[in-house]
Amino acid sequence: MTIANTRRDFLLRSCSSLTAVWFSAHWPALLSAASHARNAAQSPASTKLAFFTPDQAQEIDAITSRIIPTDQTPGAHEAGVVYFIDSALTTFALDDQKTYREGLLEMQARTHELFAALDKFSAATPEQQDEILHSFDEQSAGGRRPYRPRAAARSFFDTVRQHTIVAFLLDPDAGGDPNGVGWKVIGREREHMFQPPFGYYDKNYPGWQPPGSSDKAKT
Amino acid sequence: MTPEQPKYKTSEEVDFVVVGSGAAGGIIAKELSENGFRVVVLEQGPYLTEADFTHNEIKILNEDLLTNHPKLQPNTFRKTPAETAKPQRALVYGRLVGGTSVHFTANFWRLHEIDFVERSKLGPIAGTGFTDWPITYADLEPYYTKVEWEIGVSGLAGASPFDPPRSKPYPMPPLPTKASGVIFEQAARKLGWNPFPAPMAILSQPRPGRSACINCGFCLGFGCEVGAKSSSLASAIRMAEKTGRCEIRPNSYVHRIELDANGRATGAAYFDAQRNVHLQKAKAVVISANGAETPRLLLLSANKQFPNGLANSSGLVGKYLMLNSGAISVGVFEEPLNDYKGFAVSRILHDFYEMNPQKVGFYGGGGIDARFDVTPIGFAAGGLPPGSPTWGKEFKHTLAHNYTRTMELMSHGTSLSMESNSFSLDPELKDAWGLPALRMTYKDHPDDLKLATYLNARALEILDAAGAKNKWSFPIEEQQFAVHLLGTCRMGNDPKTSVINADHRTHEVKNLFLCDGSSLVTSGRGQPTMTIEALAFRAADRIRGLAKRGEINA
Repeated sequence: MTIANTRRDFLLRSCSSLTAVWFSAHWPALLSAASHARNAAQSPASTKLAFFTPDQAQEIDAITSRIIPTDQTPGAHEAGVVYFIDSALTTFALDDQKTYREGLLEMQARTHELFAALDKFSAATPEQQDEILHSFDEQSAGGRRPYRPRAAARSFFDTVRQHTIVAFLLDPDAGGDPNGVGWKVIGREREHMFQPPFGYYDKNYPGWQPPGSSDKAKT
Repeated sequence: MTPEQPKYKTSEEVDFVVVGSGAAGGIIAKELSENGFRVVVLEQGPYLTEADFTHNEIKILNEDLLTNHPKLQPNTFRKTPAETAKPQRALVYGRLVGGTSVHFTANFWRLHEIDFVERSKLGPIAGTGFTDWPITYADLEPYYTKVEWEIGVSGLAGASPFDPPRSKPYPMPPLPTKASGVIFEQAARKLGWNPFPAPMAILSQPRPGRSACINCGFCLGFGCEVGAKSSSLASAIRMAEKTGRCEIRPNSYVHRIELDANGRATGAAYFDAQRNVHLQKAKAVVISANGAETPRLLLLSANKQFPNGLANSSGLVGKYLMLNSGAISVGVFEEPLNDYKGFAVSRILHDFYEMNPQKVGFYGGGGIDARFDVTPIGFAAGGLPPGSPTWGKEFKHTLAHNYTRTMELMSHGTSLSMESNSFSLDPELKDAWGLPALRMTYKDHPDDLKLATYLNARALEILDAAGAKNKWSFPIEEQQFAVHLLGTCRMGNDPKTSVINADHRTHEVKNLFLCDGSSLVTSGRGQPTMTIEALAFRAADRIRGLAKRGEINA
């Protein structure tokens, strides 16, 4: 539907494509992934990984940190996105294990191919990392040789990209990063009730008046 | 659930069985039970309550917690009857006690007088089923007022110069004005148009057992955790339960209406949660299962007397589907709007509700509203300007900058009724219960697309006049996904060209009534639920009259 297709894109794209595969299984596991991510982000040294090896986790942390980088504000790293994904891959996102396993190898091969001195994505500079990721991004000008673990599957890079967005922006009080890093970055307050005025443009709004009445009031 | 609910035996012949508990079914159950009748409501979905309505956008939206499930209830789509339909999710509706009214936006416009008599005024439109209603706005006006007062609608009477006549003001003032509403109002007035406070089925003042809106921001797509949204669940169903004569029976998926040898409905056959089949006996049956499931149920109920589907000698059951046309433009402003706070819509305009086809070159009319109704993940996935990066520093920056500064302008308009647009039974695909799945056939009339383009151009003018820093529109294309499910068992006086009469009684089965979006003859200008509810109040009134006069079972 003009409206429905666009509404779907705008409202439900997260449902139908962004997260469908990932979250179609078990909700409690998602909550557990979120709390795992929180604990991990708070005490990285003592964190136990469920799926990734420490080396793999370092790679995924580096990739997600280029998708939502840390600059003046926190990014994927501070939100513990890698731990969220790690936990998910052993609970409700089992189907994506292969994509990650094979994709990481491909990512390292591409890294070596583009920068002969490097064997690991995480060892590259941020500029080099972006160049490597662009080569996987089918939508980007430099994109090439899309990685396809199996026919009709999403690419590894697109899978990580979408998972990063979900882990970063899911409601912190309903299964997302409990520290609410993502919501802080986009400026969404965490309260569950609000009072007007809500923003800049309604701050001095006097309330609805019939047309022309404010002009009359002035004269 | 309230303790007053009776538990009727399926073998006990109750006065009415109502199929569906949404916008129409809830009100019909309330009205009939309040008038002394024994009523069983069969709802295919679960009985959830406010405690189940979280802000979890994955669980609610992605897992279809409140809506029809594509795995259990797959469907197919095609554009024209000549094509073979392919599996494709083509519709969404509420599948729980309260139906779609639980998760809707709650825009509650009345139809205008013109909507009921437009065919007479404009003449025929070739290739369409464009026709007048058998009732007028004046017939429905008292029931619109009933909806506003009994179910709970906030708004400001007299604020729009295009409003149809009304017998009473709204029972409560409009909701607060959002930043998007202020921007919209100021810009539209610059252009000489007449923006006004949106009538919304959301409480601006508390009512017994229900809070006023707390502006939590999770509205469209979500159930209201404080009962402020006037869903059937929060309003009519609770009133029906209070009578002690109405049983709400959830997880009851009706798949057949049974008839006796005299061609009279004897009750509704349904699957319970364990998929055991029961037959709830009743003196009369009201189907309010929505504009897709109501015709499907009639088609599933085909028998010797009605080989093409129950009450379908006209062949029109499922046909003349109308979805409402529309468009979305998006604007980004310099300062934060924080429009994620609050309900979706606070201002609309109806300056283009009625237009002269000779002047504009197409049939139709509509409204434009100012809104923001996107959750954070959805915004990151689809809310950034076209061509924005999808990852990296600039992606993060655009997301962080735009999220609080974005608003939408949504246009809503007419759809012309065409016989080839329909819901029917798919010949191949089955649902999880082994029943034929819904097949949707739909191709917009060219005028519907012209109208959407026209309204969207006005929306872009508003964004220009408002000084938006950036603006864009979603492409206007033929629709393949249905939210508003209208016209598929249309009302009319002639049994050859309609399925139900003006009393919502099927022309052919005297104790079978249909009332929901399927009853509409024309599409209105884009917000049908108010009219569906007014029709439900009126239908209940007519049915009560027939029953009291002994004319249903005669």
